[in-house]
Amino acid sequence: MGHGADGAAAVSRRVRPRVAVVSQDLPQGRSPSVRAARRGHNRRVAAILLIEDDPLVQRGLQLALRRHGHDVRTADTGEDGLREFRSSTPDLVVLDLMLPGIDGLEVCRQIRETGEVPVIMLTARGDDLDVVGGLEAGADDYVVKPAQPSVLDARIRAVLRRSDSSPDGVRVHRDLRIYTTSLTVSRRGEPVPLTPTELRLLLTLSRAPGRVFSRQQLLEVVWEHDYLGDSRLVDNCVQRLRAKIETSQAAPVYVQTVRGFGYRFGPV
Amino acid sequence: MRLWPRGLRARLLVAFVLVTVLGAGAASWSSARSASDALVVTTQQRITQTMTDQIRAVTPQLTYPPDQATLDRLRAAVGVNTLVTYENLRAGAGGDTGLVTAALRTAVRGGERLVTQRITARDRPWLLIGTPITVTAPDGTQTPSGIEVYSVHDLSGVEQRIDGLTRSAVVTAALALPLAVLLALLAAGSVLRPVRMLRDTARRLAAGDMDARSAPHGADELAELTVTVNEMAGSLQSSMAALRQMQADARRFAADVSHELRTPLSTLTAVVEVLATTADGMAPDARESARLAITETHRLVRLVEDLMEVSRFDTGTARSHVEEVDVAGAVQDCLRARGWLERVEVAAPGEVRLRVDRRRLDVIVANLVGNALRHGAPPVLVRVAASPGQVRLEVTDGGPGLSEQVLPHVFDRFYKADIARTRTPGSGLGLAIALENARLHGGELTAGNASGGGARFVLWLPRNPEVAS
Repeated sequence: MGHGADGAAAVSRRVRPRVAVVSQDLPQGRSPSVRAARRGHNRRVAAILLIEDDPLVQRGLQLALRRHGHDVRTADTGEDGLREFRSSTPDLVVLDLMLPGIDGLEVCRQIRETGEVPVIMLTARGDDLDVVGGLEAGADDYVVKPAQPSVLDARIRAVLRRSDSSPDGVRVHRDLRIYTTSLTVSRRGEPVPLTPTELRLLLTLSRAPGRVFSRQQLLEVVWEHDYLGDSRLVDNCVQRLRAKIETSQAAPVYVQTVRGFGYRFGPV
Repeated sequence: MRLWPRGLRARLLVAFVLVTVLGAGAASWSSARSASDALVVTTQQRITQTMTDQIRAVTPQLTYPPDQATLDRLRAAVGVNTLVTYENLRAGAGGDTGLVTAALRTAVRGGERLVTQRITARDRPWLLIGTPITVTAPDGTQTPSGIEVYSVHDLSGVEQRIDGLTRSAVVTAALALPLAVLLALLAAGSVLRPVRMLRDTARRLAAGDMDARSAPHGADELAELTVTVNEMAGSLQSSMAALRQMQADARRFAADVSHELRTPLSTLTAVVEVLATTADGMAPDARESARLAITETHRLVRLVEDLMEVSRFDTGTARSHVEEVDVAGAVQDCLRARGWLERVEVAAPGEVRLRVDRRRLDVIVANLVGNALRHGAPPVLVRVAASPGQVRLEVTDGGPGLSEQVLPHVFDRFYKADIARTRTPGSGLGLAIALENARLHGGELTAGNASGGGARFVLWLPRNPEVAS
């Protein structure tokens, strides 16, 4: 994982070929966990796909995110966005939900079907339908418009940031194996593809089995939100994580709800 | 007690009864009157006829000039209570014949015809009849004989019959009374039913039921009134609908405007950050311009967000996302996030759990404390107190407090207490939004002055709110 230092480089299109190289080197090169693992540094360069229909907003965000050190590609419509997504394999998608043609929710759903690339939505404040729909469609986080680039950048970094790999190597919980070095998860020997957020949530919870985390704590640790974070992010991510690792969603074994408090891992 | 009753029903009843009884009474009285007149006349004619016949029957056998015996015979033929006179001779004097009046005698003596007179004497009605007797010569000429016959008749019997008639007239009038009451009630009912329906309709209209109408019956004035009231309700309804439409349009316009502003603001928000990071290297004028553009863009963003929040309250689309929150902790978080911890004192009894919308509670606290810091003076104090039913949050400052002119308007939108200081960092909507947020939680927010003189805002939030969500 000698690529972390490269992240310190300024905005560069060179990121793209490098990603391709990584993909060739490693069998799960497209896995976000591996990609994340290669970036231990805070100033890493991320390949971002910005799907936003208003050309001026799009240009403004592109300029600002570039200044924050990201490589930003853009698309004007949902169709273009999906095409661009397939061809350019970004690290993260910033998605305006109000789009002509295929709407943002559908774009988000299709991205989620193809892989584990994280999605941050741009939503109007108070538009609960947008937030709820976007989270259900698999978005990792959302930023309220008008989005401040510094806030958006912080969210992007939080979503892409991996928990530091820890030397304990592997945590075994019944059928679940969490490799804390390679940041992969397998269940009954089968690899479980997790989005960066899901992985981070699982790592946070499983670090202290039996300990109860409040939603606010999880928002601060996993999403790096301030004290006003939206607890629906946690609930939604837990749902998606359960769908991937639990045998029965109704009777979860690993990620358990503690009514009125929050969530805990096991104890298994 | 008033003489003229107030209720329409009672008035109709009284009027009806009066008219009916007076009418029936007058009719009965006049018919009784004419019947008794007729009775008197008939009786009088009968008596007169009888007397004339008796005199005529006996006259041919009388000698002339008559002596006492002749007069006696004549008197006997006519009957008792008869007085017969000729010059100084008289037969039948005494008894009731003493009732014959001088006026009658004068009238009989001076004329040639039968004269009657009715008098009341000894508490009785009497009929007095007087007639001169004429002598018919063989050639047919008639000359007064000087004989006068007076007869006195007691009319008590007739009077009794008249009394009977009058009584029955009174009884008839009395019998009309219950009938009159019944008719009055029926009439009042038929008049009052539409009136009552109109009243009910008017009440429903006043209560806001704009669909309230009454069905007109018939073609009378009340039916016309009903139609008019219905027309009035109809035009009222359409004006209300138009007004409501205008209001909705205005609200939607405010929401649309804010929404449309958000797109260019998104661009501005994005690029001013780029400007900010490069401003240091600019020439002084350009740097200051860039800083102004950045500050004003942030202000504009806050203003538009507040406007959108207000229009969400106006259109009833504000939603709350309720979860269990420690109010004391939320106050601390709010102050810490804004760097106010050093400037604000917090007094809270430990943890205060409450089900609220975390973000909205933060907005309230931030607006109240921000207002105290901007417009009041230190010390700014936040007190949290909990009771079984509600949580009370009080924000006071050490400033001069709110004046009487300002107090009623503190929650008004864009109200600026100090005209000279029109450019405050706030949007002018903060307190209005705080109040709406309190109400969204089923709570209340009040403004006043503390006994020490500073402004005091008190927020109450119920423990078990009926939160609109």
